[in-house]
Amino acid sequence: MPDRRLGSQLAPHVHGWLLLLPAVALLAAFTYFPAVAALWSSLHSTPKGARPARFVGLDQYAAMVDDPVFWQSLWNNVLFALGTVPLSVAIALLMALWVNGRIRGRTALRMAYFTPTMLPMIAVANIWLFFYTPGYGLIDQVLGLFGLPDTNWLGSPATALPALMVVTVWKEAGFFMIFYLAALQAMPPSLREAAMLEGAGRWCIFRRVTLPLLMPTTLFVLVNAVINAFRTVDLVVVMTRGGPDNATALLLYHIYEVGFRYWDTGYAAALTTVLVVILVVLAIGQFVYLDRKVHYR
Amino acid sequence: MTVRRGLRTTLFAAAMALTALPAAAATKISFYYPVAVGGPITKLIDDYVAGFEKENPDVDIEPVYSGSYQDTITKVLTAMKGGNAPQVAVILSTDMFTLIDEDAIVPFDGMAKTPEDKAFLSAFYPAFMENSQTGGKTWGIPFQRSTIVMYWNKDAFKEASLDPEKPPRSWDEMAQMAAKLTKRDAGGNVTQWGVQIPSSGFPYWLFQALTTENGAKLMNEAGTETYYDKPEVVEALQYWIDLASKQKVHPPGIVEWGTTPKDFFERKVAMMWTTTGNLTNVRKNAAFPFGVAMLPEKKRGGSPTGGGNFYVFKSASPEQQDAAFRFVKWMTTPERAAQWGIDTGYVAVRPDAWETSAMKAYVADFPAAAVARDQLPQATAELSTHENQRVTKALNDGLQAALTGGKPAKQAMEDAQKEADRILKAYR
Repeated sequence: MPDRRLGSQLAPHVHGWLLLLPAVALLAAFTYFPAVAALWSSLHSTPKGARPARFVGLDQYAAMVDDPVFWQSLWNNVLFALGTVPLSVAIALLMALWVNGRIRGRTALRMAYFTPTMLPMIAVANIWLFFYTPGYGLIDQVLGLFGLPDTNWLGSPATALPALMVVTVWKEAGFFMIFYLAALQAMPPSLREAAMLEGAGRWCIFRRVTLPLLMPTTLFVLVNAVINAFRTVDLVVVMTRGGPDNATALLLYHIYEVGFRYWDTGYAAALTTVLVVILVVLAIGQFVYLDRKVHYR
Repeated sequence: MTVRRGLRTTLFAAAMALTALPAAAATKISFYYPVAVGGPITKLIDDYVAGFEKENPDVDIEPVYSGSYQDTITKVLTAMKGGNAPQVAVILSTDMFTLIDEDAIVPFDGMAKTPEDKAFLSAFYPAFMENSQTGGKTWGIPFQRSTIVMYWNKDAFKEASLDPEKPPRSWDEMAQMAAKLTKRDAGGNVTQWGVQIPSSGFPYWLFQALTTENGAKLMNEAGTETYYDKPEVVEALQYWIDLASKQKVHPPGIVEWGTTPKDFFERKVAMMWTTTGNLTNVRKNAAFPFGVAMLPEKKRGGSPTGGGNFYVFKSASPEQQDAAFRFVKWMTTPERAAQWGIDTGYVAVRPDAWETSAMKAYVADFPAAAVARDQLPQATAELSTHENQRVTKALNDGLQAALTGGKPAKQAMEDAQKEADRILKAYR
């Protein structure tokens, strides 16, 4: 009977799609639809009161070219990524190597390194806000003991962004350490023993054996770190609100201001589209380009 | 990201609408309000609301504390776009144009039907109404309003052999006195600054005091033009910069608004400029005798007004608008305006509030409370234009750039003006 055969052929497909349905529905409703909707509204003017949105083509993108804050926040974001990603990845690796060794109190140490990751960002930002407060903050109190003058870390354009970078590195390094630690634990000890039999020193083993084996983890961590750098906003909201003079305005914060302070939703949608494109390009670039090089053969 | 949040708000609003009960006999309205000064403000508001409900059993008010002024307008507009706007809210008087452009609010003229109601609309100080009226209509009712005043530490004046009862009357005097009041330790580090004018968050407001005193206006009444690059404006900015960089009597860089009163209490600064809204805070926490003075003069005296107004929302039903208007009237009677001023330090918003016995007794005991009122005749409207947040930010960025040495005063103000022109072009 042809009908039944068709039915039995279809059944696994239907079954499979039904299993996928919850995830697909959620992704479509909360990821794909908003992304497409953002692209769509970025081609329209912002509706204001009685004036509805109308199609303006690429006008919003043209306005972006003239928007000095956009360029500055983009540049700030590049600096922020360059300042935080390599440093937090390097520190994460060092900490992982350190707590992977056989030392006393290593569980406590692992916990300590991981603690900043568990704290909510808003709490972290408030703690550091206190550290940085000129005059009363922890840093100035300590420096004051040595007779050094007060420094307005968050109030001067030269130090505000680096001050935020320090907080980010402090918070992120412990998180990335966990991935490195997992990779180190999964590494078969036989490789290390073989290298030692060959007479390789510790540094040589690290450089020739451990590091290459950690490369897939590094790629994963790197992709996450870069995405995080372009997604940072809570820190800016709590600590500086983008000031002074936009010195700490990151791209996502600029989008927030345009969208929810100025209510220029069309322009905010255009900025969002640009941010998504940047993230997609970075992720694809890292995976396609670096993926060829990271696997140890 | 924006759209995603928008969607979330919409879903949330929809969920709220489903759970809301069908309208009962009492008219329900929600009331959003911010807190911008120290003190138990939320408790005061809850008490006032309870008092109103007792006298008006047909109205059920839900007070919602909504963060800072900035958070409040964000929350109100987000809620409005989700179809769930409050019926009445306290929002900055300067956001009037923004709220009108968003088609969010209704003027009070339509709600004021009786002759008493019409008289009510003109019961307030004219200085406060400048930011509450445009195009011949009244859009906001003054509630928690303030001006900038100068607080000085009388002990510090004595130590510097200055007359502790005589605050500076002019810009030059302030600079000279500040020089005497600035103390340095053996290493040359400053232990006490002469004067400080905060510049974080909303430097434009304090700057507007300087420009007003130098005889400059920052915007036109229609809210479509700004005058950031006028020579008087640049000159005012140069005076502020010079206090820090040339005379070295004012802390360099950005001075934090929030810690300025603390700096004053800790004797890190001898004279500070801040809102009258801090008066009760200073009275409680200063461990030394202090004075409150009108701001010093250059070509004239003066300060911008500041603070929040009541607004009633367009999406409210006629019954809700009527209930909201009754609530607003109740909150701003002479007695309550006086009590609110005494509880917080805000300027009581109508002249007859100062004639109440409670206020008379308070001023007799604490004459500093009347300084802000006496400064009102010289006060000007706070900077407010269409696209207010953006146009103001252009000035804030320019000021911070100049104060941190990033740009010379003239260039900073020219850049700010250029940015404001770009934004306001659509409204001219």
